[in-house]
Amino acid sequence: MSVGPPLQMSQAVGPPLWLLLELTYRCPLHCVFCYNPTEFAAVGAELPTAEWLRVLREARALGAVQLGLSGGEPLARDDLEPIVAEAHALGYYINLITSGVGMTEERIGALKRAGLDHIQLSFQDSTRELNDFLSSTRTFELKAKVAELIRRYDYPMVLNVVLHRLNIEHVGEILALAESLGAQYVELANTQYYGWAWLNRAHLLPSRAQLERAEAVTRAFRERVGSKMQIYFVVPDYFETRPKACMNGLGRVFLAITPDGTALPCHAARMLPGLEFPNVRERDVRSIWYESAAFNHFRGEAWMKEPCRSCPERQRDFGGCRCQAYLLTGDAANADPVCELSQHHHLVTAAVAEAERAVAAAGAASLVFRDHRISIAVEPPRAAPPAS
Amino acid sequence: MSALSGAARPAIAPGMRLQWEPAQAAHVLLYPEGMVQLNGSAGAILARCDGVRTVAEIVADLEQTFGAADLTADVTAFVELALERRWLELRA
Repeated sequence: MSVGPPLQMSQAVGPPLWLLLELTYRCPLHCVFCYNPTEFAAVGAELPTAEWLRVLREARALGAVQLGLSGGEPLARDDLEPIVAEAHALGYYINLITSGVGMTEERIGALKRAGLDHIQLSFQDSTRELNDFLSSTRTFELKAKVAELIRRYDYPMVLNVVLHRLNIEHVGEILALAESLGAQYVELANTQYYGWAWLNRAHLLPSRAQLERAEAVTRAFRERVGSKMQIYFVVPDYFETRPKACMNGLGRVFLAITPDGTALPCHAARMLPGLEFPNVRERDVRSIWYESAAFNHFRGEAWMKEPCRSCPERQRDFGGCRCQAYLLTGDAANADPVCELSQHHHLVTAAVAEAERAVAAAGAASLVFRDHRISIAVEPPRAAPPAS
Repeated sequence: MSALSGAARPAIAPGMRLQWEPAQAAHVLLYPEGMVQLNGSAGAILARCDGVRTVAEIVADLEQTFGAADLTADVTAFVELALERRWLELRA
């Protein structure tokens, strides 16, 4: 993939406006749709506090301003408060992305004082049974308590529910739950198929009829509640004919740092072959963002193949998602097969057709829960769709 | 949303934050998992929405600062848009 016009980069490369720190892969939940790498147990030791603070300072100096603190479960780090305090002093807008497990009144008070701007709380379902089943925990009541803490500490109520075949029929109940919790923003994020979700795709991909019902329910709910609740319905891209502008293009605005300090242009990018992703233990953020081969590789258009290379839409969607291209076709430089112009689009329509059959059959599912032991045993993702 | 009074006192809505970003050479509005980069006039208007000054006072200040006349319609239209998008709220 080295033949092509010279990269028109450097001056054109803007700052990493969006910084995501995946502080830890430890997580009390075992969600079947988690995008964390299935091989997370093999990832090296977590960065110590001082290194995270240095990353915050270096990225802020480049212009990073939106900060996500995620994981795993970021509350599993007992230094979350000093990390938030430093980020606040530097001028970041700080989003905590959490399951709520580990949140106490004492901690939310400390995080508020440290300058945390916003908490996004995840639910797995509207029912205790499925919430707890999908996460393989007993956490449903706890989440409701955390929602109450979020309200009491005067944060906007922002809920995230990942949708898939097993809970998508509950979308009305999920929205009713969100309303009863006083949610101002609700993200109904259909599963994207990376990590554990890729492993479980044959169980999770909904049918088109399920999706259309969920969209209709969401529309009706929106009309009823008006502007007091903003609902984002993220359509699963397998049902589209054009790919998403993944990350707004790799290396353009988004920088993720994984628990061991590896810098990635997308949370899932570690799987991409042939790229050596730099580590903040060894290089500063400026040199990683502007100079490293891994971050420059998918900038510009030199890496593109047909049909992307001559496509009039290439500057709108950047050829879609590199990870999806790799997982489905074996070559990260191919067009995202979600695009109907891709010669591999049939791989996506076949997966959808299989989902139609599976929903119709509705046999008992055997799911792989996100688990440390299984992470050791499981094979890293390969360039072939999972057996269904 | 219509007929915004010149006596209204707009303020940045809760959960939103306005700040100057040198790297973008622009004011930005930050909110849960999002950011809007503002052009010069939008930044100048929002930076004056402190919940204390009225729309009429903001207009007067902008006219003086930028040596312009008749900004009422432009400022009112932008404040209405910002209210609709929940970037701003009105204070009593």
